[in-house]
Amino acid sequence: MDRQLIKGNEAVVFGALLGGATHFFGYPITPASEIAHAAAQYFNGTGRCFLQAEDEVNAINMIYGAASAGARVMTGSSGPGIALMAEGVSYLAGAELPAVIVDVQRAGPGLGNIWAEQSDYNMVVKGGGHGNYRNIVLAPFSAQEMCDFTYRAFEIAEKYRMTVFILTDAYIGQIMEPVLLPREVRHAPRHDWAVYADRESRGNLVTSILMSTELLSEHNWKLQEKYKKVEAELVEWEEYETGDAEYLFSAFGICARICLSAVHELRNKGIKAGLLRPKTLFPFPEKRFRELAKQVKSVVVVEMNNGQMARDVEHAVRCSIPVLRYNWMGGMVPSTQEVTERAQKDMRG
Amino acid sequence: MVKHAKPRAFYDEFFRRGPGEKNTTYCPGCGHGNAHKLIAEAITELGIQDRTVFISPVGCSVFAYYYFDTGNVQAAHGRAPAVATGVARAREDAILISYQGDGDLAGIGMGAIMHAANRGEHMAVFFINNAIYGMTGGQMAPTTLVGQRTLTTPDGRTAGREGFPIGMCEILDKLTAPVFIERVSLGDPGRIIRARRAVKKALTNQVDRKGFSFVEILSPCPINWKMTPVEARKWLIANLEPLFPLGSFRNLEEPPAAYGYRKPVSDQELLEIFAAEKSLNLESRRGLVEDQYVKIAGFGGQGVMSAGVLLANCAIAEENNATWLPSYGPEMRGGTANAGVIVSRDQIGSPVVDHANFLIAMNGPSLDSFEDSVVPGGTILVNTSLIDRKVRRSDVKVLYAPLTEIAAQAGLTAAATVAALTMYAAETGAVSLDTIKKVIPLSIKKKSLIDVNIKAVDLAAEYHANNLRGQI
Repeated sequence: MDRQLIKGNEAVVFGALLGGATHFFGYPITPASEIAHAAAQYFNGTGRCFLQAEDEVNAINMIYGAASAGARVMTGSSGPGIALMAEGVSYLAGAELPAVIVDVQRAGPGLGNIWAEQSDYNMVVKGGGHGNYRNIVLAPFSAQEMCDFTYRAFEIAEKYRMTVFILTDAYIGQIMEPVLLPREVRHAPRHDWAVYADRESRGNLVTSILMSTELLSEHNWKLQEKYKKVEAELVEWEEYETGDAEYLFSAFGICARICLSAVHELRNKGIKAGLLRPKTLFPFPEKRFRELAKQVKSVVVVEMNNGQMARDVEHAVRCSIPVLRYNWMGGMVPSTQEVTERAQKDMRG
Repeated sequence: MVKHAKPRAFYDEFFRRGPGEKNTTYCPGCGHGNAHKLIAEAITELGIQDRTVFISPVGCSVFAYYYFDTGNVQAAHGRAPAVATGVARAREDAILISYQGDGDLAGIGMGAIMHAANRGEHMAVFFINNAIYGMTGGQMAPTTLVGQRTLTTPDGRTAGREGFPIGMCEILDKLTAPVFIERVSLGDPGRIIRARRAVKKALTNQVDRKGFSFVEILSPCPINWKMTPVEARKWLIANLEPLFPLGSFRNLEEPPAAYGYRKPVSDQELLEIFAAEKSLNLESRRGLVEDQYVKIAGFGGQGVMSAGVLLANCAIAEENNATWLPSYGPEMRGGTANAGVIVSRDQIGSPVVDHANFLIAMNGPSLDSFEDSVVPGGTILVNTSLIDRKVRRSDVKVLYAPLTEIAAQAGLTAAATVAALTMYAAETGAVSLDTIKKVIPLSIKKKSLIDVNIKAVDLAAEYHANNLRGQI
């Protein structure tokens, strides 16, 4: 019985601790609170540090401090909290600090409601705060991936000195599924840039301010080069039934699960549907979309938002084929049947 | 003897400002120079230069890291205490300095400082109060005096419009955790000597691991006060000190609470904490004939959520795949709680049970809510202990059983959902009763409840065999 039934939001915490996370600073928010609950139990319980901050603004700045000191540090939140952290995430990007942030998306705008949406895509994938920066964005679609992606996220964050977001939704956070936990505990290495409060690191400085236009320009271009490197090295996706597909679904998070079911339903009805599921939203699997655009007749992008990822798909296929948008908002989650029936019309048309 | 040697905690040359640079960015007569020197001297005297991490704020002292030859982190506006908290929690040996101006600390950063102080964070906070925003050119600060003219109070601050100046020492003194709170002034040499002692005490407290120490330093800003440096120091004594009285507010020998760091567990211990249960040695493992879409619905507290978890656990014990999803989103209605469980040999796509092939209705509202969503040919198990009516549909199989009464007979009405699960298992064969009995002890936290739950399984299985087998 190696696989254990674990809730997505808890799998994040297990993956984090096994991945070497030592610090969690957060503020409760539905539907991400279970991450904080599990972190409070397991971070403090294992001699690591969980601290409930006074708000998300200060939580992200505690993360900035702990990351400055070389710690593997994370938080979990949802849309309104992520928005409050935007300034801090920009500072992390400017100072090139590694951090991991889990966004269990809820519905907006404003207070919206606590049900599932995927409307933080633009905010998280495009940056969110001020300045020319990107975040690495991983998009788990199962409890297993909630664990695995978080486990890996710290090393990715440190390799590129960037913030890694785990962009998920209330469904993937709430789901319980069998999870196989990693069997090896990882640890942060000593970084030559961090401030460890010792003689060796005394000369180190963590800052995002560069008053000289030349130096800030140079810094920005350096960041852009780094993001290109990330695009070349890190992009990941998964395909289902794309070999002979004539129609392609694309989705992330819970919608990818629904599309997976829809692909099977449509195949049973004789329609050659496939699914391309980006596992990284930045970098985005642009090239693979462009290749498949030569093969399929159209792409259906299924999202619980107003078509935020669809724009990236349109850009990827350079409008060479129709990109259809199936969108739900406000906490509405499509059923497999809804998606299948609609696709059946569009894919025969 | 060299009287005016630069303290070693300062860089000899301010290379981050420019090659060979020896001058600071501060204006003539500014108090930051004095305050920096007092801190640098104390760091040097205490021998803590290597361990010190200086948090530079946003404000005139944003480039404090040009000068201090310590570990340096520059923070967002108002967030120095939060950043210092992060460093302090990551490096137990670190000596943290959070250096902040009045806008940074008492304006935008009010929340951060209050909570860092309230947690008794291990840091020395040096609060430079010059009653004005310096770097942005002279706007109103939270500590600006009533009547004081600034760029944003051109006719003078009025209490009715902008409120009164804030006394931070007085406010922080209401909190329990800080160990040291003192207000000092840079008004004249005698006052600077007293300031020096307070600065050193705040840092000594860090060496001694005593905790949050706060020094408010009344400081001149001649440029923005539009005065000469000499006039500014006189104005400070005459106008700021009456409103912000100097002196010690608190000086505790022992911190009110000590944070007990727990030693991190070893990798092996961590793996053990997360280790899976050992093999259950299941008697029989029935092959799953078809994918199961199960909806278990009832009122909150009836145990429908945990029954769903139990089913999913049994399914994965039998090496099938399973998903469990609680009532969530628009499907939650009518005051019912419900869980959807899918069991399959294959990868499970959507975990949403829109159309169950087996509905367990524990109470009336649940039957009302979900009766219509069951697939034709599916099964509905009705808890007759709480539901009077019959199922209206004729295209589904219906099992009527007094689940709550059976559970009560076993000794625990809350085991009604376990009884329901047993009947589901007996009816469909999707999981074996042996597996349920072996998984129950692993999923029930209160060990005293294991036996009654097992008894509920036996009674429910017996009821099913005697009354329901073959029922249409």
